[in-house]
Order: sequence, then C-alpha cells, then structure tokens
Amino acid sequence: MSANNPIAMEHGLQSCHGCGLLSRPAPGAEEGRCPRCDEELVFRKPRSLERTMAYLIAAAVCYVPANLLPVLTTNTSGGSESDTIMQGVVLLWSPTGWPLSLIVLFASIMIPSAKIVALLYLVFTVKRGSIQNNAQRVRLYRMVEIIGRWSMVDVFVDTFTVSLIQLQPLMSVEPGPGLFFFAAVVVLTMMAVESFDPRLIWDSASAKEIKREVQHA
Amino acid sequence: MILPEPNHHPDCNRPLADATLVACLDCDLLQRIPEVPPGASVRCPRCDKELWRHKADSHNRTFALTLAALVLYLIANTVPMLGLHAAGREAFTTVVGGAHQLWLDGQQIVAVLVLFAAVISPALQIGFLLLIVIGCQRERPPAWVGLFLRHLHFTRTWSMIEVMLLGVLVALTKIADYATVILGTALFALFALVVLLAAIQSTFDPREVWQRVRWAEPDAGVSQVENAEVKS
Repeated sequence: MSANNPIAMEHGLQSCHGCGLLSRPAPGAEEGRCPRCDEELVFRKPRSLERTMAYLIAAAVCYVPANLLPVLTTNTSGGSESDTIMQGVVLLWSPTGWPLSLIVLFASIMIPSAKIVALLYLVFTVKRGSIQNNAQRVRLYRMVEIIGRWSMVDVFVDTFTVSLIQLQPLMSVEPGPGLFFFAAVVVLTMMAVESFDPRLIWDSASAKEIKREVQHA
Repeated sequence: MILPEPNHHPDCNRPLADATLVACLDCDLLQRIPEVPPGASVRCPRCDKELWRHKADSHNRTFALTLAALVLYLIANTVPMLGLHAAGREAFTTVVGGAHQLWLDGQQIVAVLVLFAAVISPALQIGFLLLIVIGCQRERPPAWVGLFLRHLHFTRTWSMIEVMLLGVLVALTKIADYATVILGTALFALFALVVLLAAIQSTFDPREVWQRVRWAEPDAGVSQVENAEVKS
C-alpha cells in the first residue's frame, strides 16, 4: 500500500458524506451504513462518471433551446415581442444598467457553458487516468460547485418581471418556452456536479504509486 | 484471542478506535484532525480542502442567529416584496406571488423550482438548524439531531435567496424604465436574511455537534481490524 499518501479506500475504510466519520464495513460486506448518522456508505459514488456524463449530455441538449427560444414575451397594445436570454442582456445594456447586463451575461450564458466544459474536462481526464494537475483539477471542481448556483439568476429575473408587469390590457409580460429549458440546464448541471466524485481525480495517481512501490520491492 | 462481535444491525459499519482519524472527502487521504484553537482551521495537506474550522462559542451564536433568521424569514414571506406604480395602477408581489404567476402562465415546473429554491429550501434550512440547536441544548443530543444535520447540506445547496435577490435587482432595473418601482418591507428582510445565513455559516460548527450526538447505532462496536498507520 502507498506509504506516503495513505488512502482510506486502500485500507478498506469508508468516510461518511453526512457526518465525516471514518468506519470499516462489517466483515464480508462491501458497503454499509454509518453507525453515527445512518447514511449509506460507499467507497466511491457509484457509477459517478456515467451519471455525470448523462446529466451533462442532457444539460448540453437543453442549452440549445434555452438560448434560442424566448424566455419572455411582452404584450402591449401595439403587439407582442419575444426576447431570448441574449436579447434580454442587450436590452439591459445602458449607461446605468451595463454592470447588471454583464452580470446576467456572465451568470446566464457563460457560467452554464463553462460548467459543462469544466465537468467534461474532469470526466475525460479521470477516464484517461491522468495524474497531472490534480490539485488544480479539484480546485476547478470546487469552483464549479460554488458558482454554479448563480446561473439561476435569470430564472428569478424572469419570474419577477412576469409577476410585476401585469397591467392588462396596457402591458403584460408572460414567460416563454425557453425558460423551462434554461431552468433545466441549471438543475441538470447542479446534479452533474453532485454526481461527480472528486476522489476519482486522485485514484489513478495512487494506483501508479502502488505499482511503483511493488516494482521497487 | 478473537473478541466476540458485538450485537448490531448486520449492514452497519464499525467505527475506528481512534476518533481523530478521518479521510478527506475530496481526495480520500487518511489523516488525523489535530485540536486547533477557536478560529483556526484544519486543511487537507494534499488537496487543501478545509476539513474543520473550529468556531468559537458555536452553539450560542448559532442559536441566536437562527432565531433571528426565523423571524426575518416569516416577515419576508408574508409582507409585499415589490410594488409597481404605473398608469394610475399599483401592483404588489411576494416571492410566492412570483411563483404563482408563473404557474398561471403555464410554466408549472419552473414555478415549482422557484418556490423550492426561494421559499421551501430556506424554510427547511432554518427549520433544520433550529431543531439542531434545540436538540444540542442537551449534553448528549438525541439521534434525530444527526438526521437533520445529515440533510442540512442538501437544503443549503438548493436555498438560493442571495441569487434571487440579485435577480430581483436586475428585474427592478428593467422595470424602472416603464414604471415607478416600490420597494417592499420583505425585500429588506430578505437582504438581512442573506447576511444572517452567511453569519450562521461562519458560526455553526457541525463537527462539534457530531462529537456530542447520540449515534444512530450505539452498539456498533469498534472495528477489530488493526488501524491503518497514518502519520499525524
């Protein structure tokens, strides 16, 4: 076993995601429950890469209609006009509104796509058994985890625009079909983050370390 | 000599004799958590994940902040949040009202998501925290405290009040072009609630609770296999 970096799994130990307790499965058992908080314990999240990929593919598919279909439709006496997320960003651009316009551009368009790309990169490097940049890769994962929630911002913008502008028959705003797909992208990418097990990033390095030690012995 | 296995649930894991031994949840590195003074934190030497931050006077501060958060939450969800004054008419909305309008306009799934992220999850988060701190008044908190603490992370992930406030700010900027916007009391309550939830985050010490709580399986016994050798 690797002496320099002892790994819980190699010692047959499981740590609990609920409470952090380290414990050993009952003799003959592969997985069990945490004696302290009753959480189900596993060595690694089951089928982590497959599930992460499934959520990512679903998110990438929804990303297209989320950006092409209108999220808001404004009805006035003069007719109705539909805006996509990007058109909303452009509409918000003004001498005073440009910082908010940038925030929406960042949160709604750049974060979701960056999240999908970053997770794809993590899944592929783990699949390839990469042992490089482990610390940077786990930092990337944590960043995706922290900033991901902010892409929900456009869902809230549209919700409150719709609920406030109900001045029938003068002017009213209703949600468009793009909103559903956009919300789906946010939820699916959050579930992809949840499915990914960052410990996999380190597993190939540990495996290589063991191999080296076996050869030296 | 082989010790008899203690009586317990068959699929229950055995804890280790050395309770300071942990594995990093981000890289699985085995290590010991040292005792550190309040305010200091322990980080994984390999991946830099924060394993524990010792928070001073965690229980009392968290209790006070959680009670304040409960009051603000109730205000935020009962009084109007935003109003609009245009063409001689006034309209008000609350957070729930926003989700309701989406539901009426045929976006039921998104309406449920908004309700979940802005109303239900924060309620669960505050409710769970309150139950945890109430249970922790006892020297040995009952096992149900562990049940709520285990699920606290989920409620925090989906509770998005701070994101909603940014959304409200953007919506206001858009609407301000055609109408006079009235800021409701709930909006200020929500701002304060975001600050309080962040403060709770920096006073609540889950590890302190886990060390005191009654175990779900108190008779699990200790792993009879020799502990792994780990550098301190």
